[in-house]
Amino acid sequence: MRSPTRNRSWLLAALFAFVALAWVGRSRPAWADDTLASDIDHLGSTDPVALHDTVDHLAKAGDARALPALQALDDGKLKMDTAGHAFIDDNGSVKSAVPGANRAPVGALTAVEVDNSMRRELGPALAALRLSAPEKDVRLAAAQELAGHPSDDATVLLRTAEKNEKDPDVHAEIVLALAQVDLASNDANRRLAAVVALQQSGDISFKGDMERLTTKDPQGEFNEPDPRVRQAAAATLKAIENKIALISVVGNLFYGISLGSVLLLAALGLAITFGLMRVINMAHGEMLMLGAYATFSVQNFFAAHFPNHMNWYLVAAVPAAFLLSFAVGVLLERTIIQRLYGRPLETLLATWGISLILIQTVRVIYGAQNVAVANPDWLSGGWQLLPGVVLTYSRLVVIVFSAAVLLFTWFVMNRTKLGLELRAVVQNREMAAAIGIATRRVDMWTFGIGSGIAGLGGVALSQLGNVGPELGQNYIVDSFMVVVLGGVGKMAGTVVGAMGLGIANKFLEPFAGAVLGKIFILGFIILFVQKRPQGLFALKGRFAEVG
Amino acid sequence: MTKALCATFALALAGLPGCKGPGDAPPPAEPAASASAAPVAAAEAPAAPKAKETGPIKVGILHSLSGTMAISETSLKDVALMTIEEINKAGGVLGRQLEPVVVDPASNWPLFAEKARELIQKDSVSVVFGCWTSVSRKSVLPVFEELNGLLFYPVQYEGEESSFNVFYTGAAPNQQAIPAVEYLMSAKGGGAKRWVLLGTDYVYPRTTNKILRYFLHSKGVADDAIMEKYTPFGHADYQTIVADIKKFAASGPTAVVSTINGDSNVPFYKELGNQGIKASDIPVVAFSVGEEELRGIDTKPLVGQLAAWNYFMSIDTPENKAFIAEWKAYVKEKNLPDGDKRVTNDPMEATWLGMHMWAQAVEQAGTTDVDAVRQAVGGQHVKSPSGFDIEMDAKNHHLHKPVFIGEVKADGQFQVVWKTDGPIVAAPWSPFVPDSAKKVADWTFPWVCGNCTEGKYKSASATASL
Amino acid sequence: MSALTTRLGEMHGKRGWIALAATFAVVGVVLPLVHMPDYLVALLGKFFCYAIVAIAMDLIWGFTGILSLGHGVFFAIGGYAIGMYLMLSIGEQGVYRSKLPDFMVFLDWKELPWFWRASDNFLFSCLAALVVPGLLAYVFGYFAFRSRIKGVYFSIITQALTFALMLLFFRNDTGFGGNNGLTDFKQLYGYPLADPHVKLGLYVITVVALFLTYLLCRFLVTAKVGRILRAIRDAESRVMFCGYDPKKYKLFVWTLSAVLCGLAGALYVPQVGIINPSEMQPSNSIEMAIWVAVGGRATLVGAAVGALLINAAKSYFTVALPEAWLYILGALFIAVTLFVPKGVIGSLDKSGRAFS
Repeated sequence: MRSPTRNRSWLLAALFAFVALAWVGRSRPAWADDTLASDIDHLGSTDPVALHDTVDHLAKAGDARALPALQALDDGKLKMDTAGHAFIDDNGSVKSAVPGANRAPVGALTAVEVDNSMRRELGPALAALRLSAPEKDVRLAAAQELAGHPSDDATVLLRTAEKNEKDPDVHAEIVLALAQVDLASNDANRRLAAVVALQQSGDISFKGDMERLTTKDPQGEFNEPDPRVRQAAAATLKAIENKIALISVVGNLFYGISLGSVLLLAALGLAITFGLMRVINMAHGEMLMLGAYATFSVQNFFAAHFPNHMNWYLVAAVPAAFLLSFAVGVLLERTIIQRLYGRPLETLLATWGISLILIQTVRVIYGAQNVAVANPDWLSGGWQLLPGVVLTYSRLVVIVFSAAVLLFTWFVMNRTKLGLELRAVVQNREMAAAIGIATRRVDMWTFGIGSGIAGLGGVALSQLGNVGPELGQNYIVDSFMVVVLGGVGKMAGTVVGAMGLGIANKFLEPFAGAVLGKIFILGFIILFVQKRPQGLFALKGRFAEVG
Repeated sequence: MTKALCATFALALAGLPGCKGPGDAPPPAEPAASASAAPVAAAEAPAAPKAKETGPIKVGILHSLSGTMAISETSLKDVALMTIEEINKAGGVLGRQLEPVVVDPASNWPLFAEKARELIQKDSVSVVFGCWTSVSRKSVLPVFEELNGLLFYPVQYEGEESSFNVFYTGAAPNQQAIPAVEYLMSAKGGGAKRWVLLGTDYVYPRTTNKILRYFLHSKGVADDAIMEKYTPFGHADYQTIVADIKKFAASGPTAVVSTINGDSNVPFYKELGNQGIKASDIPVVAFSVGEEELRGIDTKPLVGQLAAWNYFMSIDTPENKAFIAEWKAYVKEKNLPDGDKRVTNDPMEATWLGMHMWAQAVEQAGTTDVDAVRQAVGGQHVKSPSGFDIEMDAKNHHLHKPVFIGEVKADGQFQVVWKTDGPIVAAPWSPFVPDSAKKVADWTFPWVCGNCTEGKYKSASATASL
Repeated sequence: MSALTTRLGEMHGKRGWIALAATFAVVGVVLPLVHMPDYLVALLGKFFCYAIVAIAMDLIWGFTGILSLGHGVFFAIGGYAIGMYLMLSIGEQGVYRSKLPDFMVFLDWKELPWFWRASDNFLFSCLAALVVPGLLAYVFGYFAFRSRIKGVYFSIITQALTFALMLLFFRNDTGFGGNNGLTDFKQLYGYPLADPHVKLGLYVITVVALFLTYLLCRFLVTAKVGRILRAIRDAESRVMFCGYDPKKYKLFVWTLSAVLCGLAGALYVPQVGIINPSEMQPSNSIEMAIWVAVGGRATLVGAAVGALLINAAKSYFTVALPEAWLYILGALFIAVTLFVPKGVIGSLDKSGRAFS
């Protein structure tokens, strides 16, 4: 039996403890602030082990206030002053890395450098801290990051987030991330649940895990002891493999269309001039090259005079390239090609000479090496259609651009007087002259437009590959093949020829390799031309004689 | 018809005196007697060295200034000219000035052989600094061996060679490729278990990948965890290949070893960046990409991708600062294209090292005679901008080189993430390839050969039997 | 005997034969005796190989009207055939000290592929240098001429042919040395290639081959075959109506010209020391056409002269004025087609009869 006095003492002691704890608890934010500040300052440590530990610690602590500092570290924007305090340098504006602290940097700032092993840690660490962000997009991205890079440290945070997360998309990603951790669990039921969850996600990046679960280790024992889990893993693996096959097809289709659009741009001008004048213009590749160099010059012009609008130099480059190639084409036609009328073989040789001169001129003016044509920001990166199929923006834009050029050409051919005259001359030159069409003038305009279209092709090529004096030489044989395959006189032929060749090339590539694929296609065209010399889409009638 | 034949006959007669040979526009240094005199060509040889002992020493520079390799090789020509000026300003060699003879083989391998022959026979150069691709080196090798010329080759290569007439100032595989792969295998490098070997289709990538495959086997990596792909020079469409890399990487942590050469690197890295491959997920280490190749690319998407070399421009030593300052001043003085955006890189440093070693050897030998200089080059020491003291191995004609592994930064420079403590001796014959492991490259007695399994001379005591 | 004299008389007049003999004497006998520098011997040998190609091109283009923009492929294949023999002759003296050619060692191949097995036989390789291009030309021509492909279409598909084969040979996996090509030759049939006497010998053989080629082609074009070829060039349909089958004639000259190119290639490779797929690049073949155009189509002599002139100019200018060379070549293409369609030698003959 206790005396009332002793009970009172215990009560008093408890009260005192409680008050003391409350007091300590109340001042904890200030104490934690100091730790946070010193942790963030430790991010500037040159000792990689200490740096790793600091990042670990900050991630586990789960304090979202460390986010700006960690993000800055990842972006290369975190800097230390001579006093050892951390700052974030955002393009000139410098503020303290510790939120709420009002410090000015002492002395010069040195950047903190991270390497890949650090980035591998920072990724999940940042994601873990972002799991509790208010914006859904941020949480979703964080959950996806953790699903892609499962890390044991994040497990606790993940489990908390799983309970609290309301948004279904984010929740699904969190479940995925946890499932991967559960794959290593000792409880077979949890492993089975994890495999089922992964299968439902349909994500192909778990292929490695599924393979591991269904195969044997070097001693001959299955990696996965429980047969139910093995069965589920096998089913998942099959689903993943089917998906990968589908992705391949879709990917190849896109790459084929992309290649086809480039071929179309390169060959369209040639098809027009050849269709009209029955002349193979060996300098056609150089029209492409001139368009690419025009783009380069416009880029330099913008860099010198409108540096703030660099993203839009391409828009100005399009008409510039067209005009340059158009002008050069008209000049060539008037001076040289016109005089060789009716002698196609000689024209072939003369235009080859012109191409040599054009290449050398460009070399003398711009130098023999490649020139750097930078992609504007809106052309970098890509859109992930399916996991494993990224439609890069540059190629998407080129596809749209080639469709636009095609439309423009169709418009000129079918809705303008020049186009009408052109079609008449293609079908029957003598008759067209007889009814009063100035065939020579039509020749000049057509050659100019064909060259101008090649110039537009050059703009597209400058964004996709290297720009050098020999750019045109790489496309001349391909352009011929498109024209020969597709036939002359109808634009549909060129389109089908270009797309067909592009897609065939890309579907062959995974099996035979890029080079053998191209050789097969060349061989196919050589044989095809024997069978059907006039090409796929040919003009019918007596006047459409070949050669 | 007759007229035509007469015309041809007349042409042939007229051409005879002019038959000293085309390309004679630069005033011939050799006496005019060489074409019309009776003495056999061999008799001229003793006369030639006497003519060479005074007057400028001719130094040949054999680098592509146009074509697909110009992106890499033009800087080597520039730094060679800079080093020649540097040596001349310090008094030249043996009191004589160095005179550069620059030719452009235009990334055309047969033309390399032709130009090499011209440099040695027509221009009578004492030494040639040149070549980049192993194809070009293999094309000129027979010429140098036949005419007993001397070539300093400044680029990292695949090994499996050691010629009497070549000094290799670039890295052999054990000084670049193998350390890089070991780094990527380590935890810090990402712990890669699957490997993509991607290269341009010629001897250097083929041989390097062959060596790497044996090396990976020795570390327990199976063939189905290795994917090997090749593209031709100048290839520009990497969509499918990058997509294949992603697919391959789905099965486990993967690293890519790239031996792509020339301007194909630009579209390759662009595609990598555009398809969203991050260095922290799939690291790509390249052996032929340095500061110069990165100049033409937007490096923001490439941050973290790797390269392995024996020198980086970002190395912080006083020697490097001086080297870079000298280079920048030279660029400004000669008004070279791209002005202050020009950079230094490993092959440029190797060219500089090779030239100084050769100059030191000539001073030591007292003559430019190839046989004498060759003996003197072995054992030369030069302090490199990387801060290390570099030595030319007296036995295998290779340098002892330190290894650096660097990650691309957003500004196009490299951040060193790993390096060796000191220079490593080159192993031209890879110990991992069964056939090569037995071979020895040792030009000193008693081996005196570049690729044999037993010495040419048995031992010192065997000279009696010779 | 008199039939032979008549025949020879049809080929050349007396003055023509004397001029021919004199040229041969100068080029084939006097020059080798005068001590030419080493590189000049190889250079002239190279030029004369090109002259053989030019004559072969003239045969099909100048006389038959078939413009091939891919003849370089036959030249290169002939070169590869001999190159393979030379590679195997290196034996174990190569860099890797292996029985296999060097490039197979770095590809990690363990044995010779089947198409290399017979190349250690000199006779076989020489025959292959002639037969393989001929066979390729025959097959290609058979299908092409049968489908009546003419003019620019034909030229384009010959471009495609040479381009495709170039890509094929650039692949290391194909087994012909890939980008390296075949090089580092040491000896030919026991004769060391570095020996100046051997080089001179090859030069003389090339000169002899050139003259024999010329005589053969001259014989053909002055015979009835020649008249039919010219008729095919000028009006093919009419030739058919006259009862001749142009296909057979075209196929014959096409194959013959390919064989001659193969011969030229086989002589070229030992003198130059390397064969590489860039010999098959389309621009090389287009240049072959300009040799004939500059020299004079349908003259044979003109073709050879054109080849010599342009290659000599190229060797000179690429060293003296490298920037100007492409301008000169380009201007040559344009000027010859526009202003001098008959070529240099063709313009010399004002009567127009000598070359009929």
